[in-house]
Amino acid sequence: MRLVLPLVLVLSFPVWGQDSKNQIQKYRDMVAEGSPAELFEIEGEALWKKPQGPNNVSLEKCDLGLGAGVLKGAYAHLPRYFADADRVMDLETRLAHCMVTLQGRTFKEATARVFGTADRPSEMESLSAYVASLSRGMPMAPGTSHPKEKEAYELGRALYVHRAGPWDFACTSCHGAEGKRIRLQELPVLTKVESARAVAATWPAYRVSTSQFVTLQWRMNDCYRQMRMPEPAFGSDATVALIHFIVVNGKGEPYRGPGNKR
Amino acid sequence: MSRMLLTVAIFLFPLWARAQDVDAVLKRDFHARGQATMDRIVQDRLQKVCTATHDNPPADAAKSIEAEQMKTIVFPAGSLLGDWKRGERLAQGGRGLTWNDKAGAPADGSCYNCHRLSPAELSYGTIGPSLTGFGKQRGAGEDAQRYVYGKIYNAKAYNACSQMPRLGFSGTLTAEQIKDLVALLLDPASPVNK
Repeated sequence: MRLVLPLVLVLSFPVWGQDSKNQIQKYRDMVAEGSPAELFEIEGEALWKKPQGPNNVSLEKCDLGLGAGVLKGAYAHLPRYFADADRVMDLETRLAHCMVTLQGRTFKEATARVFGTADRPSEMESLSAYVASLSRGMPMAPGTSHPKEKEAYELGRALYVHRAGPWDFACTSCHGAEGKRIRLQELPVLTKVESARAVAATWPAYRVSTSQFVTLQWRMNDCYRQMRMPEPAFGSDATVALIHFIVVNGKGEPYRGPGNKR
Repeated sequence: MSRMLLTVAIFLFPLWARAQDVDAVLKRDFHARGQATMDRIVQDRLQKVCTATHDNPPADAAKSIEAEQMKTIVFPAGSLLGDWKRGERLAQGGRGLTWNDKAGAPADGSCYNCHRLSPAELSYGTIGPSLTGFGKQRGAGEDAQRYVYGKIYNAKAYNACSQMPRLGFSGTLTAEQIKDLVALLLDPASPVNK
């Protein structure tokens, strides 16, 4: 693997505005064939195979929807309904489920530190990078036929417009009209197929501005933080429903992550 | 008359049922963290109407909400023009009210997140309208001061389902801070009007 991390240091973004957008695009192009995300994929593979928990077993028998241990294409079919848990799960929620059922860990311990830092990434982030990377090139095809999948989609749709909190925000406050920005950050309208496809195909991703690998569970969490709302529980129906809503809106797009974000 | 009410009820029932569902989900799936306590998930009338109508309330509902919100605005006596320099710092900052902000610490206005203000600042958002040159067009008279103060204090008094937070009503900004933002927009010396 090419060593690309030092690029982050040598590239500077002296002027904001159109220039910085071009600079970021240039950076994305330069690292497109050797993203820092690869480091997380490698770490994730090691964690996938590492015996852990009271049962001292790896996650290699984890069923991500296509059968125990089947990784190829699994991410492209998430979120989906899982009969053994009788609910819709996204990748991270399912990984936590396997940590509990296979490795014998408690949900609390397994999810105590799901969002890492630049210095110390989380287990969940690396595992997400690894599993997602094995769906590259495959069209996103989340579950849409089971009644609970339909229910999750409808809940996601309702949450997307639900205004609450001291600042009266809904998802639509920022992601409701096309061509809008917060500062320089462009905001996708996730009810629009084209925008949702770009999101579904690229998350999780390496975030250049914070040198962190970020997941969709993190994205939901940090949006609600900025909405001045209480915190949504990791892997909760609410977070899974929103992720499901977005990925279903963007279904069909070949997965091309984990890539880079701003 | 009763038939009309029935029709309205049948039309609104699915919206009401869905709102009940979402409330129950938020109650179950969210938890208090730091200053972001669970009372924040309780919707007030405005939030309920804006949610149910996807921010397009019928004209009479919008009017009644705006009148109700207008009553919440507390205008300080005297000039509403503070210090535009402090206003610019407030407009730049984005702290306040999140679960990792310190409770009780002064908040900022988050203005540049959504608005263009000083032309020198190139990193501005576009969710709200550009306010560059705002005071040049409106002057800095009493009416303009009252309008800007009121709009920042409670944007919903002027547009029921506006995406702009009710910065005074929600306790985010103090009267002094709002006055500084009024100055940023209206003071002829402010970079917004240069």
